[in-house]
Parts: sequence; C-alpha cells; structure tokens
Amino acid sequence: MTDVIFRILLVIGVLFNFFGCIGLIRLPDVYNRLQSATKCVTLGTCSILLSLAVKYGFSEIGLKALVAIPLLFFAATVAAHALVKGSYSFGVKLGEQSVIDEYKDHADQKKNAGQDEIPGKEDTR
Amino acid sequence: MDQFLYIMLYLQIGLCFFCLYRIIRGPTIPDRMVAIDIFGILVVGICVILAVLTDRMFIIDIGIAWIILSFIGTLTLAKYLGGKRLND
Amino acid sequence: MKNIVFFITLLIFWLALTFSVSAANILTGAAASLITVLFFGKYLTGENTGKLLQPARYFWFLLFLLVFIWECLRANFDVAYRVLHPRMPIKPGIVKVELGLKSDLAKAILANSITMTPGTISVDLVGNVLYVHWIYVGSFDPAVYQNKVAGRFEKYIGRIFD
Repeated sequence: MTDVIFRILLVIGVLFNFFGCIGLIRLPDVYNRLQSATKCVTLGTCSILLSLAVKYGFSEIGLKALVAIPLLFFAATVAAHALVKGSYSFGVKLGEQSVIDEYKDHADQKKNAGQDEIPGKEDTR
Repeated sequence: MDQFLYIMLYLQIGLCFFCLYRIIRGPTIPDRMVAIDIFGILVVGICVILAVLTDRMFIIDIGIAWIILSFIGTLTLAKYLGGKRLND
Repeated sequence: MKNIVFFITLLIFWLALTFSVSAANILTGAAASLITVLFFGKYLTGENTGKLLQPARYFWFLLFLLVFIWECLRANFDVAYRVLHPRMPIKPGIVKVELGLKSDLAKAILANSITMTPGTISVDLVGNVLYVHWIYVGSFDPAVYQNKVAGRFEKYIGRIFD
C-alpha cells in the first residue's frame, strides 16, 4: 500500500516539474516564466519529498524529508520575490501582452530620487 | 521497482535540459537567472530519487544543503542585479 | 524572551535533522544554537512573542494551512492549464493592493502566500501597499481585484499574526 502511494506521489511530482519546465520554455517574458516555474517546480519537488516521507514513515529519512518541505517553500518564494524585484529594477519591460502596470509610477519616482547617488557606485572604488 | 525509479531519474534529468535551453537562449540576464534558480530546485529532486535508488541516505543531506546554497546564490545575484541598469 | 523562543526552535530543528537523542548530540545542538542566538538574535524584532501562548491562534493556523494547501493545488492546475493550452490564455499585468494588516511578520507571510496562489506573484511592498504581478487580470476595478488577490488569506492571517 505505501509502495503504491510512494509511486503515485513520485509520478505526480515529476509531472508537475515537467509542466513547470514547459512553462519556462513557452511563456513570453521573465515574469510569466517565473510564475509558472516557481509554482509548479516547488510543488513538484515537495511532492517528491513527501513520497519519501510516505515510504520510510517516522524514521530518520522521513523526518528529514518533512523538515526539507517548509525550508524549500520559504526558499523558493523569497528567491522568486527577489528575482522579480531585481529584474524590474534592472529594466526588463513587461511583455507585449500586458494590460496594466501600476508599479511604474513608484519605480520612476524611486529612480528620479536616487539619480545623484547610485547605490554601490561610490564606495566600491 | 528499480526499472520505475530509473525511468523517473532519467525523466528528471531530462527536465534539466529544458532549463539549459533557457540558460543558453535567454534574451536577457534575468531569464538566465530564473532558469538557474529552477535548475537548483530540480537537482534536489534528483538527489532524493538517487538516494532511494542507491540506498545511500546521506544524499538527502546533500539535497537539504543544496536548497540553502541555491537560495543564497539566487538572492545574492538578484541583489547584485537590483543595483544595475540594462543600459549600464 | 524572544531569544529563548529562538533557541528552542533551533534546537528542535537540529534534533529533527540528526534524529538521535543521546546526551552528546543534544549538548552539541545546544552549543550550536547558543552561538547562533548570540550572533543573530539581535536581528529579531520580537513583537510577536507574546502571541505564542494564545491557543485560538493555533486553531486558525491549522485552518489557514488547509486553505493554503488547497489554493496551492489549484494554482498548479491553473498554471498547467495555461501552459498546455495551444493559444496560452494569459493577460499579465501589475496591480496595486492595499493591505489591512499591521505587523511586519503578517505582511511577510501574506506576501509569501500570495506568491504560491493561482496566478499571482508579489513584486514589492511599500508601506501598506503590495504590488502584485497577475497572470490573468480579470477586472480593472480595484475593489474587485483586491478581494480576489488578498481577500482569501487576509482574514486568516489577521487572526493569526495580528
């Protein structure tokens, strides 16, 4: 019984990873790629780790896999957030299909305010 | 049992080539960094399947360490990117 | 107070990773946790430590976890549908959402859960305003999308962390 659940969870995990990678190839710009990739690949890997926890039960391995799940969750979400913010301030525009951009005003304001002191330029030497 | 795990392992390794395609073809630097981030998460899955397949359980520790290191690397690169502009 | 809570959390994490309760192992974990607390304890704000002792918050946390897992699964099927559809029904954009939460921890948790829900990813937090990238902008009315993006979690998180 546990073996069957182990196999099903493993197949689901690899399938979700596959969807995420398809999204990485097909979608048009950075932000959409990041959306599909982060969500699908994180849940797919969580499913693979959960399959391990099901197979070994409450033992050293199972507990280790369960500890890794929240770690992976926070790491993936915070990394995605940092990447979106970094690529926006790097200057990557939203794709052609975009319909609305309310962040532009704030970003322009910040750019004008920080015009005379660009961070990291003065004190790197 | 072994056959099934081998198939899953090869599929998971095959997914890494999708990321490699995006790393090579990516039009801008953030595209490449997104692909590197996803590559790091896929490697954790490979570690887990490999641990079950070879019955050497220390490989899961490598997976946990890989999550943290990939997270720190992505965060550092994103911070570095935030201070730069596309036309610099 | 906040340092004690931090120390106990780190010790539990160590015990879960090593999975043995011999005296030497616990002593090593306690020493490592103590060094971590001494170096990094000053970065914690400690505004939420008093709320750890209120049992109603744990009940809401369990409820929130169930809702979160359900939304997470829905997000994955949503993304899979958009990616596998031949014409890709996407209509992306960045929208502005006002939050009604006060503490910093609650805002951070809300931003993290918005990243894992269907079609949204949080971009930046300025004061009380959260900018959200949305893969399919359903409407341009702020009242409607505010409820659609943040309303699902805001009442739970407000009860847990505020």
